[in-house]
Amino acid sequence: MNKRANWSIPYAIFLSIFVALPLLLIFVYAFRAPGGGFSFQNFVKFFNESEVINTFLYSIEIAAYNTALCMLLGYPAAYILSNNKLNKSAITIMLFVLPMSINALIRTLATVELFDILNVALGEGTLIFGMVYNFLPFMIYPIYNTLRKIDPSYYEAAQDLGASPFEIFTKVTFPLSVPGIQSGITMVFMPTISTFAISEFLTNNKIKLFGTIIQENINSSFWNYGSALSLIMLVIIGLTTILTGDGSSDSQKGEQSI
Amino acid sequence: MKDVIINIEHVSKQFGDKVVLDDINLQIKKGEFITFLGPSGCGKTTLLRIIGGFHLPTDGKVEMEGKDLLTLPPHKRPLNTVFQRYALFPHLDVYDNVAFGLKLKKEDNEDIAEKVTKVLRMVGMSDYEDRDVNSLSGGQQQRIAIARAIVNQPKILLLDEPLSALDLKMRKDMQIELKEMHQKLGITFIYVTHDQEEALTLSDTIVVMNEGKIQQIGTPEDIYNEPQNAFVADFIGESNILVGTMIEDRKVSFIGHEFACVDEGFEPNEAVDVVLRPEDIYIMNKLEGAQFTGVVKSCTFKGVHNEIFVETENGFELMIQDYNFFQPGNTVGLIIKPADIHVMKKDCLSNRFEGEITAEGEVTFLDTIFDCDTTGFEVGDKVCVDVAFEKVDLLDHKEDSDLRGFVSFILYKGNHYHLTITTEGGAKLFVNTNDVWDKLDTVGVNINAEDIRLTKIEA
Repeated sequence: MNKRANWSIPYAIFLSIFVALPLLLIFVYAFRAPGGGFSFQNFVKFFNESEVINTFLYSIEIAAYNTALCMLLGYPAAYILSNNKLNKSAITIMLFVLPMSINALIRTLATVELFDILNVALGEGTLIFGMVYNFLPFMIYPIYNTLRKIDPSYYEAAQDLGASPFEIFTKVTFPLSVPGIQSGITMVFMPTISTFAISEFLTNNKIKLFGTIIQENINSSFWNYGSALSLIMLVIIGLTTILTGDGSSDSQKGEQSI
Repeated sequence: MKDVIINIEHVSKQFGDKVVLDDINLQIKKGEFITFLGPSGCGKTTLLRIIGGFHLPTDGKVEMEGKDLLTLPPHKRPLNTVFQRYALFPHLDVYDNVAFGLKLKKEDNEDIAEKVTKVLRMVGMSDYEDRDVNSLSGGQQQRIAIARAIVNQPKILLLDEPLSALDLKMRKDMQIELKEMHQKLGITFIYVTHDQEEALTLSDTIVVMNEGKIQQIGTPEDIYNEPQNAFVADFIGESNILVGTMIEDRKVSFIGHEFACVDEGFEPNEAVDVVLRPEDIYIMNKLEGAQFTGVVKSCTFKGVHNEIFVETENGFELMIQDYNFFQPGNTVGLIIKPADIHVMKKDCLSNRFEGEITAEGEVTFLDTIFDCDTTGFEVGDKVCVDVAFEKVDLLDHKEDSDLRGFVSFILYKGNHYHLTITTEGGAKLFVNTNDVWDKLDTVGVNINAEDIRLTKIEA
């Protein structure tokens, strides 16, 4: 083994203890009956509990709304921030990203207080508001990065070939920023399915999401069923990642100039 | 005039405090291949971008076929650009890149296909329609970039150093192809390059630029054979630039000898610059019949010719190109024919600045205080300050001087260097020196009190 390969040993140990082992445990627990022994019992239970399946579908729906809203709000924001003519200060991008550094739980609790003061009833509306508020920076940032990396000579070339400002956007800017949108979707859609804290606080536990159900099961020591639900979610996340074409691998596309 | 396609009048451009273009006046004829030539930072690309619509001039007007061009945004101008780094759209394949402009014009799909196929055949890139542009080599990308521009049938094609990213062999091939393309299309090409050989090969007209000003406009032959000033002579091809005196019409003295020449219209005994192309000096081993003699310092084989450095009996160094080899150390005879001597007016004879007497024994110019003899002047007098080229001292340690700058241009004049120093305040100072400096060296400037000549400016 050469020397450089040795450097990876600490990471390999870290990954095996904190990533591979827990995944393996989830996998093993999911296929075991509460009493012990190999079993599909947990999965059978999932497909027979319409309430859980409905929650699962509802979570996906909420996640889809959240992602769509984040994109609608985040893309123009990222576009303005990345444009030197519209945004001359580096502070504005910081203001957008700064909330990311405050704990999500604290922000959510603060939002609850805000709704309380404003006398807004907690429910689906406040849930989506909280989610968009929490996840918007994760949509803005990758799109902003991709837009920043687009060589301005593409805009000039498009302009030179007769494209109006609107056509430059639809035919050059937007297609070149797709990798950033993909990253943004991956970073917003996946975590929203599994989130539970936001739904718990911002709906006063009235609305349950799939993450809530997993959390309740684990909390009540239903380890095997909780693991099975986690595994199902992991598979769904994995599939979506493959389908959207994980942004990380192509997010540099805008950067390639020649 | 009817055959003028672009008319540029008094165009200036500033970025902040920096003057990039200074009062440019230029007319471009329909169908010609015109090249903006100059070192980097001379403003050639800025001028092209003003025509293309990517910059607006601070001042002046640009007309195309008699109509104001500046009010049109770039996407409405009937011209197309080939960008320096091609700027091919990475998300589109070759076909869609080339068809981009036609699709925007909402042309019929069949027409587009026909035109794209035709233009790709013209640039030798048929069968590449479906290729990803990132998979193409530099030369191939270059062809696609040209195809993408000319498929729109522009009246003018702008090319911004299009060959600079290619290797030498490829560059030579593309030069020939560009020239052929220009003849075939019959449209106006406006080309920007810093490569003088490329400009001489391709152009019908060359516009030599330096520091935001046009130095000379002419055919490649004019520019090479009759450079108007030392900058052009030095920038285009190799040359010996020497200090001379015009004794009378058709008689000039330099390197300690008098020569017959063909230039007229100078004042008697006017100081001039003399340009000799290295291939125009005749060198021979026999000394009789020679106008003057010299000793061969070095002789280097350069492929087609030998490059010979000869020191004349008066200590001037000349560069000569000849097919024959001459043994270093040998004394050789030299002849210069009258028609090969190019006499140029000097830009200026000494450094001249406006200044003010700020105290007894002190004059301020170039934002710097200098000691000097102020007898006969009063504090507050506006004065004209003259400093001879050879009286300016350059110092390595710029801390030792109040006036600092950098070497912006170097000219070797046979037995000394003529330097242009750009000061921190942006002013220019000319210096004759025997010391060797490199371009962009930072220097301190010192002028002795007795070398400062003052003349009063009458209010």
